[in-house]
Amino acid sequence: MAKIKIATDWLAGCAGCHMSFLDIDERIVQLLDAVEFTSSPVTDLKHPPKEGVDIGILEGAISNTHNVEVAKQMRERARFLIAVGDCATFGGVVAMRNLCGTDAALRRAYLETESVCGGVIPDSQELGKPLEMVTGVDSVVKVDLFIPGCPPRADAFFYALSELLAGRTPVVLPPELFLYD
Amino acid sequence: MSARKITIEPVTRIEGHGRVTIHLNEEGQVEETFFHVDEFRGLEKFCEGRPYFEMPQITQRICGICPVSHHLAASKACDAVARLEPPRPAKLLRELIHMGQLVQSHGMHFFHLAAPDLLLGFDADPAVRNVFGIIRANPELALKAVSLRRFGQQVIERLGGKRVHPNFAVAGGVNGPLSDKDRTEIAAELKAMTGIAGEAIAIAKNWLESNQSIAEAFASFPSSYMGLVDSEGGLQLYDGEIRVKDAAGNFVAQFRPEHYLAHVAEHVEPWSFLKFPYYRKLGFPEGTYRVGPLGRLNVIDRIGTPMAQAEFLQYRQINGGRPIEGSLYYHYARMIEALYCLERIDELLGDPEIMSRDLRSVPSEVKVPGQGVGVIEAPRGTLFHDYSTDEDGLLTRVNLIVATGNNNWAMHTASGLVARAFVDGNKLSEGMLNRVEAAIRCYDPCLSCSTHAIGQMPLVVTLVGADGSVLDRISR
Repeated sequence: MAKIKIATDWLAGCAGCHMSFLDIDERIVQLLDAVEFTSSPVTDLKHPPKEGVDIGILEGAISNTHNVEVAKQMRERARFLIAVGDCATFGGVVAMRNLCGTDAALRRAYLETESVCGGVIPDSQELGKPLEMVTGVDSVVKVDLFIPGCPPRADAFFYALSELLAGRTPVVLPPELFLYD
Repeated sequence: MSARKITIEPVTRIEGHGRVTIHLNEEGQVEETFFHVDEFRGLEKFCEGRPYFEMPQITQRICGICPVSHHLAASKACDAVARLEPPRPAKLLRELIHMGQLVQSHGMHFFHLAAPDLLLGFDADPAVRNVFGIIRANPELALKAVSLRRFGQQVIERLGGKRVHPNFAVAGGVNGPLSDKDRTEIAAELKAMTGIAGEAIAIAKNWLESNQSIAEAFASFPSSYMGLVDSEGGLQLYDGEIRVKDAAGNFVAQFRPEHYLAHVAEHVEPWSFLKFPYYRKLGFPEGTYRVGPLGRLNVIDRIGTPMAQAEFLQYRQINGGRPIEGSLYYHYARMIEALYCLERIDELLGDPEIMSRDLRSVPSEVKVPGQGVGVIEAPRGTLFHDYSTDEDGLLTRVNLIVATGNNNWAMHTASGLVARAFVDGNKLSEGMLNRVEAAIRCYDPCLSCSTHAIGQMPLVVTLVGADGSVLDRISR
């Protein structure tokens, strides 16, 4: 039987969801019997393969123009898209920036902090443009399954993937794994 | 204006996303290289107005890889804001959770992120040059790597309730004791974990010795160095004074963390959201310095635990006692530190006060107008948190200088040196570009911490000759 192909990426998050996924510990070897990881931050494949993957996993909020591009590409190439963590689900801690506004936050960071000398607000064409509103992933693409938690526990990842591998589509996780924190 | 540009995006097998642009001249030679860190979050502004005691929980969301570092640096800053001195048992427990984090972070970086280059080769097929490739190639070693990381994460979980973003330190101390059961279970695994750290050290050393000319030349450059030291100049990861040495190993300065603004300043470039810290008196970029395992081992005089000290004495001989400049030596230094952390866990568990219930100093009054600096050695280097509050304890000012930020200029320099040495714009190979990424990987950058990640453009580089013919094309 062909292995299930998975691609993962992180947007404006903290990498904690990917860390929690690795916290499945030794079970990762068991998982590798059934799945193949394509692009992810821990592999050197940069983008989901054009022919598509079975499962796409995104952590982190939508905070700049590049995040929008990544989310859209993942959506186009993943048959089933999972948003993991509070940031991808609700915007998370990054969305606290909505309370003060992006311009004020940029001024504080690059012009006003006590350690900065002769600051300037970065604006190169190489950089994504910070958005005025930070949001969850579903503000720009359709999400098939949300797994909240900061981060979701390793068992939540393992449960969701096990269900998908068994041919079942988890719509909501069991209460003990469906945590907002 | 350069003739052609190569974009490596995102740099992978690092923590967070970065992008490198390599600018080539008409002859296909590398002219200039930039290490861009994209995205920005803005904690220094959006935390204003919030209660200071929320910071140990909020700021650890800066990073899920070393959340404990932010959790503890924030708690130390909160101690200072509220003018509280945590009881000694609380400090021991904070150091214990910190050691757990360093073990997991160093172990994960070495085995999961760096080792694919060392064990499988810089030119190995990118489809297998990753931790899953290691699992297939050497399952026994891979399982040891998984267990070292699991051990560190479990230390965090036992104290803080969960592995990522634990809830443990508070202003004035910690919120719970270590149980007998947990002490016994942590201790029971120490010998095996020390063995795995020793194996990692052997892998790093053997690789560096077998590839000595590469190791000495690869992203090797002079810089200053920074790290915390104890009163005897020994390695300190939880608390101490900040020491700076220059490129020749001469003592430059040693200062208390709360005086950091007199010594550390930050420069901003328009092409990166990550700022460039430097030693203020030397200016930018002359005053840029390196932190993290290599930086720390270049400033200290000794390590206070026996096995790590024995390894440190060997390490120090590599450059005749002078600072070691080659970026690849970070990997060796990192695992010497992991060994130290495991030995230090043993010492901490053996301290009679580790089981004490005297865990927190409580404020004598509610009003807390104050200012406080918390500094810690995060896995990637010196981490600064600086808060001011009004009399209701609401934050009026926040400044953060994160570990990876301190290495920003070094990563920019290292990737540029490797690009010049290895990238031939007339005949590109995937392995050439992987070496540029490997130069950045040495620093184990946590770009999640430092401001944070970016989006993607496919890495497809097409080289076109003067006659319009396609000379070369690579993609990944």
